Amino acid sequence: MNLLDIVEQIEKVDPEFQDRVSPRRAAIKNITSFGSKIAVAALPFALGTLLKKAYADTAPTAVTDVLNFALTLEYLESQFYDTGIKTSGLVPAADTAYIQSIRNDEDLHVTFLQGAITSLGGTPVPITNFTFDFTAGGTAAGPTNNGPFKTVFSDYQTFLAVAETFEDTGVRAYKGQAPNLLGNAVLTYALDIHAVEARHASAVRYLRTTKYGASVMPWINSTSANSNDTGISLVDGNYAGATPENTTMQGGVDITKLPSATGSSTSFTTAAAAFDEPLTKDEILALLIPAFIQSA
Amino acid sequence: MKNETLTKTDNVNMARRSFLRYAGVGVAGMGLLATAASCHKDHDVNPNSGFTDVGTGDIGILNYAYALEQLEAAFYIQVVATPYSGITSTELNYLTEIRDHEVAHREFFKAALGTKAIKALTPDFGAINFNSRASVLGAAKAFEDLGVTAYDGVGYLIQTPAYLSIAGAIVSVEARHASLIANLLGVSFVDSTQVDANGLNISNKPSVVLKTANTYLKTKVSAVNFS
Repeated sequence: MNLLDIVEQIEKVDPEFQDRVSPRRAAIKNITSFGSKIAVAALPFALGTLLKKAYADTAPTAVTDVLNFALTLEYLESQFYDTGIKTSGLVPAADTAYIQSIRNDEDLHVTFLQGAITSLGGTPVPITNFTFDFTAGGTAAGPTNNGPFKTVFSDYQTFLAVAETFEDTGVRAYKGQAPNLLGNAVLTYALDIHAVEARHASAVRYLRTTKYGASVMPWINSTSANSNDTGISLVDGNYAGATPENTTMQGGVDITKLPSATGSSTSFTTAAAAFDEPLTKDEILALLIPAFIQSA
Repeated sequence: MKNETLTKTDNVNMARRSFLRYAGVGVAGMGLLATAASCHKDHDVNPNSGFTDVGTGDIGILNYAYALEQLEAAFYIQVVATPYSGITSTELNYLTEIRDHEVAHREFFKAALGTKAIKALTPDFGAINFNSRASVLGAAKAFEDLGVTAYDGVGYLIQTPAYLSIAGAIVSVEARHASLIANLLGVSFVDSTQVDANGLNISNKPSVVLKTANTYLKTKVSAVNFS
């Protein structure tokens, strides 16, 4: 994140930005107060406070809408992992630290997004707006906790399978929103969270394969017949969409026709796996609502 | 006589008017301003000094990505060609698939950039012992982590939605790679050097990324039109 670039970006839409935040006379006085060291963790909020003061309730709603959508997904993941970690006997002791590190990130994402939305003059959607059914058994009437993943908190393998799908889907959700943040300083935050979700997805896949007999790679090895490489057909939809995971065209270029390390063309699976694909907000909501998330 | 040209950057230049321009962001920005100022001292690079510059705008960003993918592809091609002592078949399989992804990325940028592509770069892997698991995986982790920070660091500069989509499509795969390599090394897949106190992956400016990348390149790369 480059503050100078952010200032430049804001100035493009608001040439008075500098004066909003500090009239020139005050700016001269401020020179002597330079030097306070700000913890890295505090920086986004310090910037946010600055922006809030400058804009007070006039931040672009599109940006806060994107962040509230992200927050909703982070509530889902955070609640999922919190419940799993707290469920006695579910996560084996040897895996606890591994799963906790994922859970910790999701909790941090919730806090971060709530803070970012507030800083931008928006209102974070309250978690109380939602009920969650991690068995995927929710209906418009509410959760049943009797869906296809009914053993999600009683069987560790089901828990891991759902975790894997949530992470892969979360990556696709953030990716789908990036174009809505084109040129915006907030995009960096979204990309930074997106990268961590991809680290999580890779880590869950690795755990399932190395310890529990699954045969998934850390990335999505689709085939032309099957976007979904998890072997769990229930989640086919999570690997589908307008740009399914088994897409091999990128920016008008057919990846399979490009040379590989070993020949003059590239295999379908390599071409598909080398690029992860987005899901639109509507596609994500269709996958998650009402099965996992019911709105109040 | 060496001609030192001041290149156009978004430096804070210390002329009074420019200083005031940024002084208003004062306290909140001080930490970053200081960082930005210190980063910029390497910035007045003469573009004719033997560096390959990535250029400007979206094309510059694509060339920047192309440079990094060239480096990664060359590295993994070497890794697979001369696997480290004691490599397991599982590990070789992982590293081969990563190689294939990086080559696909490299070839994509080459094809997409066409006549605007920078030249083929020559790597310098002298610091890596390809016979040593620790050296190879350590370098792999560095490359993957760096790649993630590189894409995340320029995303907001991209002006063309299609290019942002492509960068987005690639960066999560690099993050998957990074996470796997950490797991192979038995270290955290979200360690605090890569993921900050807010749970966000760190991002880096091109000058920071290239400083590291250039230690593995005979043909050095610059991005003088970016921070």
